[in-house]
Amino acid sequence: MSASPNGGGKGSPAGWVDGAPAGWEVVIGLETHAQLSTASKIFSGSKTTYGAAPNTQANAVDLALPGTLPVLNRGAVQAAIKFGLAIGAEIAPRSVFARKNYFYPDLPKGYQISQFELPVVVGGTIPIVVDGVEKSVQLTRAHLEEDAGKSLHEGLDSMGVSGIDLNRAGTPLLEIVTEPVMRSAQEAVAYAKALHGIVTWIGICDGNMQEGSFRCDANVSVRRAGDPKLGTRCEIKNVNSFRFLERAIEYEIRRQIEMIEDGGKVVQETRLYDADRDETRSMRSKEDSMDYRYFPDPDLLPLVITEAEVEAIRATMTELPEAMRQRFVRDYGLSEYDARLLTQSKAFADYFVTCAEETGEPKLVSNWIAGELSALLNRNGLSIEHCYVAAAQLASIVIALKKEVINGKGAKDLLYAMWEKEELARDLLVDALIKQMGLEQISDATAIEKIIDEVLAANQKSVDEFKSGKEKAFQSLVGQVMKASKGKANPAQVNEILKAKLT
Amino acid sequence: MSFAFASLKQLRAALDCKHVSAVELAEYFLNRAEAAQDLNTFLHLDRALTLAEARAADAQLASGNTTALTGIPVAHKDIFVTQDWRSTAGSRMLANYTSPFDATVVEKLKQAGMVSLGKLNCDEFAMGSSNENSAFGAVKNPWDKAKIPGGSSGGSAAAVAAGLTPAATGTDTGGSLRQPASMCGITAIKPTYGTVSRYGMIAFASSLDQGGPMAKSAEDCAILLDAMAGFDERDSTSVDVSKTSRKNLVAAPNLAKFVEKHALKASTGAAFQGIRVGVPTEFFASGLSADVAQLVKSAIAEFEKQGAVIVELSLPRTALSIPAYYVIAPAEASSNLSRFDGVRYGHRAADYKDLGDMIAKSRSEGFGAEVKRRILVGAYVLSHGYYDAYYLQAQKVRRLIAQDFQDAFTKCDFIMGPVAPTTAWKMGEKSVDPISMYLEDIFTLGASLAGLPGMSVPCGFSDGMPVGLQIIGNYFDEARMLAVAHQYQLVTDWHTRAPEAFK
Amino acid sequence: MPLTPEDIRRLSLLARIEIAPAVAPQIHAQLNGLFNLVAQLQAVDTKGIEPLCHPIAAIEEMTLRLRDDVATETDQRDANMKNAPQQENGLFLVPRVLE
Repeated sequence: MSASPNGGGKGSPAGWVDGAPAGWEVVIGLETHAQLSTASKIFSGSKTTYGAAPNTQANAVDLALPGTLPVLNRGAVQAAIKFGLAIGAEIAPRSVFARKNYFYPDLPKGYQISQFELPVVVGGTIPIVVDGVEKSVQLTRAHLEEDAGKSLHEGLDSMGVSGIDLNRAGTPLLEIVTEPVMRSAQEAVAYAKALHGIVTWIGICDGNMQEGSFRCDANVSVRRAGDPKLGTRCEIKNVNSFRFLERAIEYEIRRQIEMIEDGGKVVQETRLYDADRDETRSMRSKEDSMDYRYFPDPDLLPLVITEAEVEAIRATMTELPEAMRQRFVRDYGLSEYDARLLTQSKAFADYFVTCAEETGEPKLVSNWIAGELSALLNRNGLSIEHCYVAAAQLASIVIALKKEVINGKGAKDLLYAMWEKEELARDLLVDALIKQMGLEQISDATAIEKIIDEVLAANQKSVDEFKSGKEKAFQSLVGQVMKASKGKANPAQVNEILKAKLT
Repeated sequence: MSFAFASLKQLRAALDCKHVSAVELAEYFLNRAEAAQDLNTFLHLDRALTLAEARAADAQLASGNTTALTGIPVAHKDIFVTQDWRSTAGSRMLANYTSPFDATVVEKLKQAGMVSLGKLNCDEFAMGSSNENSAFGAVKNPWDKAKIPGGSSGGSAAAVAAGLTPAATGTDTGGSLRQPASMCGITAIKPTYGTVSRYGMIAFASSLDQGGPMAKSAEDCAILLDAMAGFDERDSTSVDVSKTSRKNLVAAPNLAKFVEKHALKASTGAAFQGIRVGVPTEFFASGLSADVAQLVKSAIAEFEKQGAVIVELSLPRTALSIPAYYVIAPAEASSNLSRFDGVRYGHRAADYKDLGDMIAKSRSEGFGAEVKRRILVGAYVLSHGYYDAYYLQAQKVRRLIAQDFQDAFTKCDFIMGPVAPTTAWKMGEKSVDPISMYLEDIFTLGASLAGLPGMSVPCGFSDGMPVGLQIIGNYFDEARMLAVAHQYQLVTDWHTRAPEAFK
Repeated sequence: MPLTPEDIRRLSLLARIEIAPAVAPQIHAQLNGLFNLVAQLQAVDTKGIEPLCHPIAAIEEMTLRLRDDVATETDQRDANMKNAPQQENGLFLVPRVLE
């Protein structure tokens, strides 16, 4: 994620108004699968680490060997409760696991254990901002379920076979479903980013989209503006970045509108987004695939969550981004923009809070993070987690600046010099570096006076101009003094002494 | 001394006084099992495996570190998975399957020092009432080889009745322990649902399946259940009795002690003083053969003679237990059996066009007719538009049936009646019309749906074929049930009869 | 309501159970026989009755027990895959999966 505040990316395609071609309205709902960062699987004691050798993390339960039974992981339930609390949802006092029956080689039991009629999290909202406009996205529900395995094709195609790896089977998922309330791809992306921010913030999901830890499916339909009836929707799967989500939805909007304008009808189906060709294509529309024959899993009893359990988890929860943002504005006097930027992720906020606490200068720290540091991060396309300069180091720089050990230019030079050393920078001691680079500010009046005298002697023309009333000449002289001090002179002192000498 | 029909206590004494070693006892029963191969009770015998366990038991005996069951042979219904013997569930689907782990029940009996003789035939996936549904051929009734032994634990019942093993495990979903016990003249108990772990029991209908012991007498069953039962954290439906409202009841592992203590009362001639026996009128309605009715009534009269009070009562929804069961059990089965897809284990068809065809052909070849029928029924009652009318309605009726039993238990301590409407029938007699066979389950289905403990205790013979008395108790009341059955067996000798050909 | 041949075809697809044309009429008749029996359920008044999920729930509330989030399993791939009809390099092999 780049260092820009939550919100929509680029605007809609040319000719579109409010996320859709004129005369059309778009309706989008998102279903997101967030893999929960538990140590073990949702119904077995297998590990959940990514990238292990095939089937080495699939035990008898995950493989659905005859006689095996599921036992629910408390960690997954706690993660769901945390999420529910974070979005102001209701935690269902009683929820039920159901079996979703369908055949697929990566689904070992021939059914997925999920929640159907009674999910663990009900309702809730997530605020988003698109083009400066705030909107609240209502959630329908969030429910716990198990992930499926993977079908692999690489190197096996010539044999006409696929390989089944069930390491991922049984990894806990929280499926988070919105109401169909989004009206543009930009809103959908803003929501997805905000949701991503929340689940990573509260630490229930690592948010790694490349590894499939955070997967969005979009339900998209279009209708003519003013039509009260919802159009037929298509579900787009396989979107593994925010950029692709936006493009996939926009492609789908165009496809559906063109189809209707050409007199055709949208067919309800699942479509796969192909990033290479930037298009969606029909995945499966088998007649029987819709009848999942859900029924309560007789191997599992109703999940009962007491108010005391919810409160215990509430007590352990860290401040949420929204509350933190408001606090930064209120207590630190930060701008809305800066506060939003600093709370874009838990890592970002942690970085800021560490610096602010060490320096006691939240406003100054905020300026440095929002300014120079963000510029550097963006330049290298880095997230704050991979920032070359650690929070404590930036704090040392700011402290040096505050104590007037270095001046602003010195601080900037220092930051950039550290940045150039990339990963190595995190081992550097800021104070030692200041000395090594000779960046200490010259605040000794005698020394400054000496430099000024030399500059005045060499620039009689500017002195004369100033005396004849040209104010500009003063700034030129200051510049000369700073230059002569290699930028190290205390600018305030330079001003003061120079003024005294000239008047 | 002949060990074939000895009680567990007699075998214990013989082992303890070194009259026989565990190896000798194992060989004795292995020889009998091999000699009686025409009964088709055992699906897998392996002398070396059994003798290795027997030698280990002898070492335990020598060390003096023994339980009530150390060195005593047992055989397992082939629904329980075992690491060493094949686990087939009586199905072609699993003809060559070996489990990487032992079922909890198998593990517990092994830990108690029992020596496993091998795996016993049963109806395919425990679906059937005659054992004719085994892919490995029907089991014959030792009392008349032209007749069925009952099902689905028919191999277990026949093996115990023929003295091929002193004890066997079985499972009961709709009567599969009680009905074959009745038809083979042995004693069996289906404990309260949740008492015996289902981990490692190849699932048929998860909310109904319950394992239990089959042996010569109630006393033997108590000793066996003490070792089989107990809370298992691997089974989410397993019940920790000490955490229920019935925590004051005597439970495993103290059943045998309780039975022994209460047997003392039998000598007073008023063994059943203070016991109220409920007799539901519906259990003696049309459909029950006159000879069975007469034998069951005289058994109940024996209880009355010994001081019990007979209470006429009604279980008004007895007839409804058939449709409720034949909706719920197939529904759960259709889902439980979806894991058999030819991908990870089990039968895979030799010829197929593609993936879908491979799955369908493997299932169609691997499953027998009755299993396929129930899978189709199950898929139907869960499918879109039918779920509420069938599955949900059946689960509601199930609660009403359970409530009827609770009403009945306010008026009595035990309910008694027949196990099955007739004695064992001729092979092939009912296999043409599966529905007619379903109707035979009428007296056992109620306790299954309600999850109540139920027993079959031999109570006489009709035309040389055994008849069982069914005793149904309230939840977790196994100790008193077994004590009552034992007291009955102290004053009767039906349970000591053995088929002439196997003496 | 009796099942139609189309119902039977749909169930066969849903359950991945092939029904040979020769036995289809017989299976059809058997299923209808069962559903005649099952029709009795429809007459039962179950208004306000909760379905019974776990039998013991007939007498007291039964709730799900949770397991602590601890990875307890070690790699048992060889034992777990010993029954695989076809495998290579630790993968179960199946006819090509088309997505």
